[in-house]
Amino acid sequence: MTRSGSAIIIGAGHNGLVCATYLAKAGYAVQILEAREVVGGGASTREFAEGFRVSGLAHVLHPLNPKIVKELGLGAKGAKPGTAIDTISLDRDGRHLTLSTDSVSGAGLSDADAQAYSAFKREFRRYAKALEPMTMNKPPRLKDMDNTDKLTLAKLGWKLRFGLGKISMREFLRVGGSNIYDVLNEFFEDQRLKGAIAADAVIGHHMGPRTPTSVLTYLQRLRGELYGAEILPSGGMGEVANILAGVAERAGVKIRTEAPVQRIVVTDHKATGVQLQSGESIEADIVISNADAKATFLHLVGTEYLDAMFAHRVHKTRTEGTVAKLHFALKDLPRIEGLSEAQLGQRLLVAPDMRYVEHAFNHAKYGRYSDAPVLEITIPSLADTSLAPAGQHVMSVSASFAPYSLKEGWDKSTGDFADKVVALIADYAPGFAAQIIAREILTPVDIEREYKVTGGHWHHGEMSIGQSFMMRPVHGAAQYDTPIEGLFLCGAAAHPGGGITGIPGHNAAKRILAMKAGR
Amino acid sequence: MEKHDFREVLQRSPFFPRADALSQVKVWSPWNGYQTARIYDTLASEYFAIRSSCSVFDMTPMGKYRITGPDAIRFLTRLVTRDISKLKPGRVTYVVWCNDEGQVLDDGTIFHLGDDGYRLCAQHNQLDWLLISALGMDVTIEEETHEVAALSVQGPTSYSVLEAAGIDGLQELKPFDIVNTFLDGFDVMVSRTGFTGDLGYELWVDPNDALALWDAIFGVKARGLYDVRPIGLEALEMVRIEAGFIVPGDDFNTAETAVRADRSRSPFELGLGWVVNFDKPYFTGKRALLEEHARPIKRRLVKLSTEGNKPPHDSFLYDGKNGQRIGTIKTAIWSPILKSNLAMAEVEYIKGKRPAEIWAQIYYQKELEWKVVWERCEISGKPFWNPPRRNATPPEPF
Repeated sequence: MTRSGSAIIIGAGHNGLVCATYLAKAGYAVQILEAREVVGGGASTREFAEGFRVSGLAHVLHPLNPKIVKELGLGAKGAKPGTAIDTISLDRDGRHLTLSTDSVSGAGLSDADAQAYSAFKREFRRYAKALEPMTMNKPPRLKDMDNTDKLTLAKLGWKLRFGLGKISMREFLRVGGSNIYDVLNEFFEDQRLKGAIAADAVIGHHMGPRTPTSVLTYLQRLRGELYGAEILPSGGMGEVANILAGVAERAGVKIRTEAPVQRIVVTDHKATGVQLQSGESIEADIVISNADAKATFLHLVGTEYLDAMFAHRVHKTRTEGTVAKLHFALKDLPRIEGLSEAQLGQRLLVAPDMRYVEHAFNHAKYGRYSDAPVLEITIPSLADTSLAPAGQHVMSVSASFAPYSLKEGWDKSTGDFADKVVALIADYAPGFAAQIIAREILTPVDIEREYKVTGGHWHHGEMSIGQSFMMRPVHGAAQYDTPIEGLFLCGAAAHPGGGITGIPGHNAAKRILAMKAGR
Repeated sequence: MEKHDFREVLQRSPFFPRADALSQVKVWSPWNGYQTARIYDTLASEYFAIRSSCSVFDMTPMGKYRITGPDAIRFLTRLVTRDISKLKPGRVTYVVWCNDEGQVLDDGTIFHLGDDGYRLCAQHNQLDWLLISALGMDVTIEEETHEVAALSVQGPTSYSVLEAAGIDGLQELKPFDIVNTFLDGFDVMVSRTGFTGDLGYELWVDPNDALALWDAIFGVKARGLYDVRPIGLEALEMVRIEAGFIVPGDDFNTAETAVRADRSRSPFELGLGWVVNFDKPYFTGKRALLEEHARPIKRRLVKLSTEGNKPPHDSFLYDGKNGQRIGTIKTAIWSPILKSNLAMAEVEYIKGKRPAEIWAQIYYQKELEWKVVWERCEISGKPFWNPPRRNATPPEPF
């Protein structure tokens, strides 16, 4: 195979691995430099107490895009790296709701709501599908469009008009920029059902159900559902990264862990390599950053190599995380009234109604953590017993809202917030506190430090409409190439954003190869 | 200095009591939030004070910013198009700065104040842009517009007047030099700079010493030694065109105020290519300017003189009498000292070349009746007014 050139990828998160594999297959000599001791970044498994392992950051995923699975040769394990799960919205009185991709059931749920749910999911998945042309391509520039951009927009237009049809398109345009609170009130009566869907729309974002464009974030989430139901990965999320790292290495990618990059070397306005924290310099024809935009431009490149307004735009992106991650090592399985063991293995939500979710967010607006947080709970050791010692269990909890900038600072508050979450879980699972052998909490501040993500934000920056599509992360760097020649973005900071999708990595590789080919 | 009372729309400079007393006609204009004299008595007497004796202009409203900190030089390098790494302490240089697209935001001067950092002077408020440009730099930017009072003393006798006023140390002061001196026990910083294209100085003092400075200078006149006259914005406008200085906002749209995509201007289009240095490290707009520089220039702001005795105010320019329209006049004057019509004009270049001929269609009024006349124009590569005394060191005494 002829060599196309050499590439350095900063960060062995899943998007970096996907991008690397594509480039290696196209003939690039690719080297990934990872600061941590393991690959995966936010998609890695961590041992937080002896014998207890858990997905460190992301703990559930949708199946990867089939095109990526096929092109990278990820195989059956890559297509479905774990157990498909439903979502169960917990109820204090034991009247839990089970939400599948197309149906919902539970005590006290009306037939009308059950039917409305199926219709709602069908309709909204169609909207998500209509946005697909935008997803798998670079977001089109509105000025100086190239042919790819024109084609993307044409496909989008076609899908909206003829894919959806007149009535659905009109409805999509009506609700697309709206808030999920109003939309759900139009569809449903049941408070539990609305609470669960609203939580899905805002979790990971600095948004409440009433925040404008929370429909869009919900659609971004539904995009994953196009490929199948959510999956609890066997062996933790790190296994997904290991699968990707495996194909990358087979394609010839060199992966170096514990090699933190100090800076991106810019010579005559062109990225020519990197310098590691160890002082070692590595040259390459192109440098691809899987880090977020602020880390990439403001720290690794440095503002003195950038135009002032571009740097300012990057600086002003909203990147403050809102979710804390908690891990519990448990003596035995928690008991929740009305839930079987199999049901405990699903994705459990504490989001009893929309007011609850909105109220939880209100605290975050004012620099406080939620008094009654929204919880997303998994017990992965039920599906994969290797994650905990025999008979014991691990629980992984995403707790919203826990804003990065806490008024009183996280130093003093971390324990209090963890206690609050424990007490809340105990409301549903009596005796929970006594089952805990060890616990760990990662606030957004900890996530920032451990996973090297500015603000500890899940998605490398809010996925509000102002930071999406051709404005992700900012205009001027929204098509994976950047103002610095030879420097590219391939991570969640780039379109279409966060989640374990591999799509930014795929799109970045596609863009790099197209530019190389002069297209 | 006392804080500005918010109920007053315009603030008054510390020189205001004296300026107000000398103002015969009370014609004021706002400039950067200050009440500034347009004219004191007659335009002619003020103009000739600059060109033939000694003029005093209150330039306190000029935006002034102090830049200090370990990264001050890195910050300025990134801000302006010019290589300022060689600017020595006690020296001043002219600079422009651009936005990301290489379009000019403003022009100004940088004073190297030695251990006290740098002072950037600009006609318009630039604090916002300076703070934006400071991201990632260990630098402190303080606006000191209201903390520094300044007078511009210009004209052939300015050196003699200042010396007679008791200000020492000007004899060896070369153009763009700075000297720190004393007057009656208070500090005065003097720079040999100005906006008139003539011999002249700018004096910078604490606002509390402002009136004492004014009185010392005008005391020279009271003692019957030299004539000294205050001048307003209108006389300054005449001499700056003679000197070939441009005014952002009048001669071109600044990038910050331009709404339409093609209304802002690059340094090359303004004839300021000489302050753009591509050999220095990155500065905001460099990438865009490199791209622009590789293409033929589209238009130029030029110094234009027109024949006849009618200044070409607001005129269109053509490539021949009754020809194709190729430009417009931005600002124009009748120059009494050069006996000529002078203008700043924007002219379209074709394939990077200036037009062979330029004609102005000039409308003018005679006893309220409109007339039109065509006059041939000529582009001047050099300032219209640039007397040897401007740069002579030591300056000629009178």
